[in-house]
Amino acid sequence: MAQILLRRLIQSALILLGVAAITFLLLYALPADPARMIAGRSATAQTVANIRHELGLDQPLVLQFLYYLGGLLQGDLGRSYAQKTEVWTLIAARLPATLTLMAAGILVEVLLGMTLGTIAALNRGRAVDRLVMMSAFVGVSAPQFVVALLLLYVFAATLGWFPMSGYGTLSHVVLPALTLGLLGAGWYARMVRSSMIDVLNQDYVRTARAKGLSGARIVFRHALPNAVLPVIAMIGIDIGQFMGGVVVVEAVYGWPGIGQLAWQAIQQVDVPIIMGVTLTSALAIILGNLIADLVAPIVDPRIRSH
Amino acid sequence: MRVMREILRQPAALFGLLIVLVVVTMAIAAPLLAPFDPDNQMFDGLTLEGAPIAPGGPFLLGTDTLGRDLYSRLLFGARNSLIIGLVANGIAVSIGLLIGITAGYARGWISTILMRFTDLMMAFPALLLAIVLAALLKPSLWIVAMVIALVNWVQVARIVYTETRGLVERDFILAERALGAGHGRILFLHVLPHLVPTAIVWGTLGIATTVLLEATLSFLGIGVQPPDPSWGNIIFESQSYFQAAPWLVFFPGAVILLTALAFNLVGDALRDILDPTQRGRG
Repeated sequence: MAQILLRRLIQSALILLGVAAITFLLLYALPADPARMIAGRSATAQTVANIRHELGLDQPLVLQFLYYLGGLLQGDLGRSYAQKTEVWTLIAARLPATLTLMAAGILVEVLLGMTLGTIAALNRGRAVDRLVMMSAFVGVSAPQFVVALLLLYVFAATLGWFPMSGYGTLSHVVLPALTLGLLGAGWYARMVRSSMIDVLNQDYVRTARAKGLSGARIVFRHALPNAVLPVIAMIGIDIGQFMGGVVVVEAVYGWPGIGQLAWQAIQQVDVPIIMGVTLTSALAIILGNLIADLVAPIVDPRIRSH
Repeated sequence: MRVMREILRQPAALFGLLIVLVVVTMAIAAPLLAPFDPDNQMFDGLTLEGAPIAPGGPFLLGTDTLGRDLYSRLLFGARNSLIIGLVANGIAVSIGLLIGITAGYARGWISTILMRFTDLMMAFPALLLAIVLAALLKPSLWIVAMVIALVNWVQVARIVYTETRGLVERDFILAERALGAGHGRILFLHVLPHLVPTAIVWGTLGIATTVLLEATLSFLGIGVQPPDPSWGNIIFESQSYFQAAPWLVFFPGAVILLTALAFNLVGDALRDILDPTQRGRG
């Protein structure tokens, strides 16, 4: 077990290194010039050159990357070009907001998805089933920003139940979390439904039924725990998806998370922040998958023996 | 033919297919169907106070903040969204096929390098990468398509890789090899045909993803650039106005949703029909 974990950790570190290298190369190769961006439109060539020198951008690419890696190994993500602050400080300040949003979104998604998926599986082939599956399809096909704007229009602008934007209280979280959760719930509903159907056809469920157990007991005690495994794997993947996807939701709701930070940095060609956020997101994706793999054997003893 | 028959038998898939046909017709026949020039900022396209006109009347779906006919813009927007959808997804599926087949067939270090690279791309936050690329490159139709292709091939590559690995172990391929067939013959005559269903399924499902991604990039202002209409940038241009003129968000949003839904429904049905292992499930 420890050996497997060690191997996974080394693999993860290598992947992270690869992500850093590719992002670095891409940002270097793109036509946007951070020095010119900082200097402003009317700056002379000399000023731009000075800034470039100051930031170390006149060094060869390999050297620049090695410097960056050196810092990274010490947990230093560098300094923002535009804000002159440590990138890690900026990210750390924004991370709680994004994690709150993510947790709330995943909660909505899992609860809604599992409920709907179970209902559909128990009513397989009936109208309820078809309705749930159709809504699941609509959910996974809906553009996030449109749902965000519509929720704002109905529940904030028209009904006034929730604030238009901002951060801080529970009522601020509701609409952004619903936006993230409603769309993702479709995937969960589909998955839970199909694994529930598999489980319900197993012998032990038939045995339970033959023993005369109540329907509720069969579902909650025997079927659902066995259908939950793919959900855990899915949550792991979702954590990564969310980290990439928050840019849009945070932009619409004015949510002060790392998505907003990234969006601002992209417009200012603030390379260190873009690098930092990309690496943080990649780390989240890797950790998400890792945690899912580690939790799976705890939930399902059958995996433990492998 | 069998595929067509089975699609016609499933109401959901049929519904999807109909919408796909409608959207494609909209895109192709946009100049014939559009009542107005989509870029024309009409004098009578705004109220006396300078606000957009609500749906109904001469402007079927209303006008936008610059007095342009929304219905005409949606029709021409269908062109941009579909072109990007087809091109980007075509490239993505091609890259995915190429890398997946190569890695699955070659084995050894080539396979290892390619699949490790694919794993690496899986760890990339795709949307973030697309946003960074699209924002820092000068956005144009083709750049947007390339950016989307660049982040979307990964899944196809992994699936094709797994399938190819399974295929090359099968008896008929081993027999071919024993008979002295070259790599080219095996790949093109025996491996590739078996991957056609996968390519078709992902070619369809992928368009839904692509259309959504294009709309998202355009909504952020880094996709199709105004005045060229795209479903995403119509919303981008009018989002600050959406309380007063919700139709400017509602109609384009509905079109994006319906298009993505349609391709998802058709793709899902195709997967059930073309993949025999999925038959009888669900």
